[in-house]
Order: sequence, then C-alpha cells, then structure tokens
Amino acid sequence: MKAFFYRLFAFMSVVYLLVPDLVWAGGPKAEMLVHVADTRLCSGVFLYFSNMYNENILMFGIWTVVVITALGSGFGFAMDFLMARTGLDLTSRELHE
Amino acid sequence: MEATAWYIMYMPISGVNIFWPGLVLVGFSVGVIGGFFGMGGAWLVTPALNILGFPMAFAIGTDIAHIAGKSMIATIRHAKFGNVDIPLGVAMLVFTMVGIEIGATLVMYLEALGIVGPVVRWIYVGFLACIFAMTLKDILGKRKIEREAKEGEDVSMRRGVEWYKTFHKMKIPPMINFPQAGFRCSLWLPGIVGFATGVLAGFLGIGGGMLRMPALIYFVGCPTHVAVGTDLFEVMISGLYGAFTYTLKGRIELVAVIVMLCGAAVGAQIGTVATKYSRGLGIIFWFMVCIVVCMVSIILKQFGQATIAGVLILGVVAWVCIVILRICLVGAFKELRAKKATGG
Repeated sequence: MKAFFYRLFAFMSVVYLLVPDLVWAGGPKAEMLVHVADTRLCSGVFLYFSNMYNENILMFGIWTVVVITALGSGFGFAMDFLMARTGLDLTSRELHE
Repeated sequence: MEATAWYIMYMPISGVNIFWPGLVLVGFSVGVIGGFFGMGGAWLVTPALNILGFPMAFAIGTDIAHIAGKSMIATIRHAKFGNVDIPLGVAMLVFTMVGIEIGATLVMYLEALGIVGPVVRWIYVGFLACIFAMTLKDILGKRKIEREAKEGEDVSMRRGVEWYKTFHKMKIPPMINFPQAGFRCSLWLPGIVGFATGVLAGFLGIGGGMLRMPALIYFVGCPTHVAVGTDLFEVMISGLYGAFTYTLKGRIELVAVIVMLCGAAVGAQIGTVATKYSRGLGIIFWFMVCIVVCMVSIILKQFGQATIAGVLILGVVAWVCIVILRICLVGAFKELRAKKATGG
C-alpha cells in the first residue's frame, strides 16, 4: 500500500510538472525580440549610452562592466574612508561562533 | 529629457518611469542583507524591481549588474576584517565557472523539452528545504550544547554539524593552506563544492550565495564570518561575468544600477560591520529565516501568486534589515562607549 502511494505521488508530481506546458496555449517565447532604446527622450550622457546600446551592444557591455567595477570600488574605498573616521575598529574582530 | 516630478526618473533603455527613491531603498536593503549574509540577494531584488515597474527581463539583468557592484563594496569591507580567504575564493571560482556553464546547458536542455520553469522552481525549493533542515539541525544542536554547558555538563567533545571534518581527512594532492579560513585541505574539496554549487547556480539562474555560504561552513569547514566574506568575493566575480552576458542580451538598465549602488554603498557597510557584533550562530539563524521566506515565495509564484510573493519577500526583508541595523548600531555604540571609558 505504501509503495502504491509513493508511485501515485511520483506520478502526480510528473503530471503536475508536465501538464501546464503541454496545454500551454501561448505562442513562442519572446526572448529573441530586439529591444531598442528610445533616444528621443534622452540628452547628454544618457543619450550617449542609449545610442551606444542601439548601435554597438558589445561596446555597451564592456562599458557596463567598467562602470560597475569603477563605481563598486570607488564607493567601497570612499565609504571605507568615511567609516574609518567613526572611531570604530574596522580592521579586526573577535571570532565567536 | 522629460520628467513629471522630481521623484520620477526616466529609464532610457527600458523606457519606463521609475520612482528612484525606491531604487535607493532597494539598493540599501540588499546591501545590508548581502553584507551580513554574504549573498547577492537576487531573490529579493528581482521582485522588488518588478514591483517598481521594470519588465521582468530588465529586472533580472539589472539585478545581476547591481549585485556585482554591491558585492565589490561589501568585499572591500570584509577584506579589511580579514574575512576574505582569497586563495580559497580563487580555488573555488574556476570550478564554479565550469559548474555554472554545465548548469546553464542543463537549463537549455530542459527548455527544449518545455519543462524548465516548474522543474527549476521545485528543485530550488527542494534545495532550500535541505539547507533549512541543515541550518536548523546545527542551531538546535549548538543551543543544546550551550544549555548543557550552563548546567555544568562536560560538552568539550560535542559540536554542531561538522561534516567537513570527514572531508578534511581526504588527502588527495595538492594539499593547500587557507590562512584566513584557518585549515589545510585538498584543493579538490573546495573545488568539488564550488563545482556543485556552480552547477546548481547555473541551473537555478541565481548567483549561488544562498547555496555556497552554508556549503562553505558545513562541507569545507570555514568559520561563518570567513564563509560570508569569501562567498561575497565569488559573487562579485561571477556577478561581473553575469552582467556582461546579460548586457549582450540587451536587458540591463545601467542608470538604475548606478542609483541602486548609491543605496548599496551605505547598506553594505552596515551589513558588514554588523557581522562584527553578531555571533556566527546569529548570522545562521537570520539566514535560515531568509531561506524560509525565499522558499515560500517560490511556492507562491509556482501557484501564480507573484504579487503576494513579492509583498512577503519585501516585508520580511524590511524586518530583517531593521534587525541587522539594530545589531550594528547597538554594537557600534557599545564599542565607542568602551573606548571612551578606557580613554582609547
């Protein structure tokens, strides 16, 4: 009896996982749609990056990584400088599990 | 540039108007939580960005890019505390990257079969349930030991979950010293853990911090604080890689990332400094709370309750943030008072 319930549970799980996709009525996935930034509403640096996004996505990808790295490390060291002025010991801690 | 009010910002790539103080708040919260637990926090940023008005594809891409920057800020702070074991992080990183690619290939295979959504969600729930059970066992075990120690029993030989001791007996060369973590083991141990968590992270489409942090503690043998710092180091590198690939797919809003990083810069300091005043067991306890919430929210999403899931996640995140903020402030004031009293 126990084995029967285990099998029934396994069968119901498979049905639950498979049925929604078998009866899915929608069309194909929209992942391949090309997205274009609307540059009519942009100016200055926003316009520069929006144009780059539309025209050279590889360069935009490289810029994204550079900007994130620069901002992440910049903010990290700037906050480190400010935190050092709070008077807290921020270089060591006691280990207590 | 068109702007309706000072608190509304136009996002040039996704073409939506966003309440930017909300972005700062999300960045701050994920900074606090990520700095404290050593994870990226993709599970909470994606629904939050979606609720603020970003289309889902942009929410995921923007989330990954923001996590890379935020992890960098938190890693710098953790490194100052000596919480980052760089050799351990690098040793795991190579295997993690290979694992992520294999996990992503598995997803493509399931996608071809048309069953990727529910399969990934239920496997994710299964793993979160395992992590929950493991952390709960550890916490209950350590609490019991503490209670017995107070009652005067000899507990010197008893510990919580320590599976890593068995794994450390594996002496397959090369054997490596990990100075910050304080142990020596075969390179293959962190390698296998990195590979396994990488496969899962690639398969589940997450950064992997939620899986890697407990794996570092229970399988590799890292002290909790070092596990948090080293995990963030890994999240930082894999996040940059993820940001680049998502940008090539055209689904990143760089302006939103920059705004969120402003909040994360402050939040990550609070989360990281709070680890100094919290016991390892305390970090694991609050981590367990987040695991449960994440698990419940995925189940709710599976049953089409995405809004309830989003509200639940954000509510609990706000609550955990307040708890961490309190730990940080109470600890910091206590330290400053003690310094003043001793004239230091």
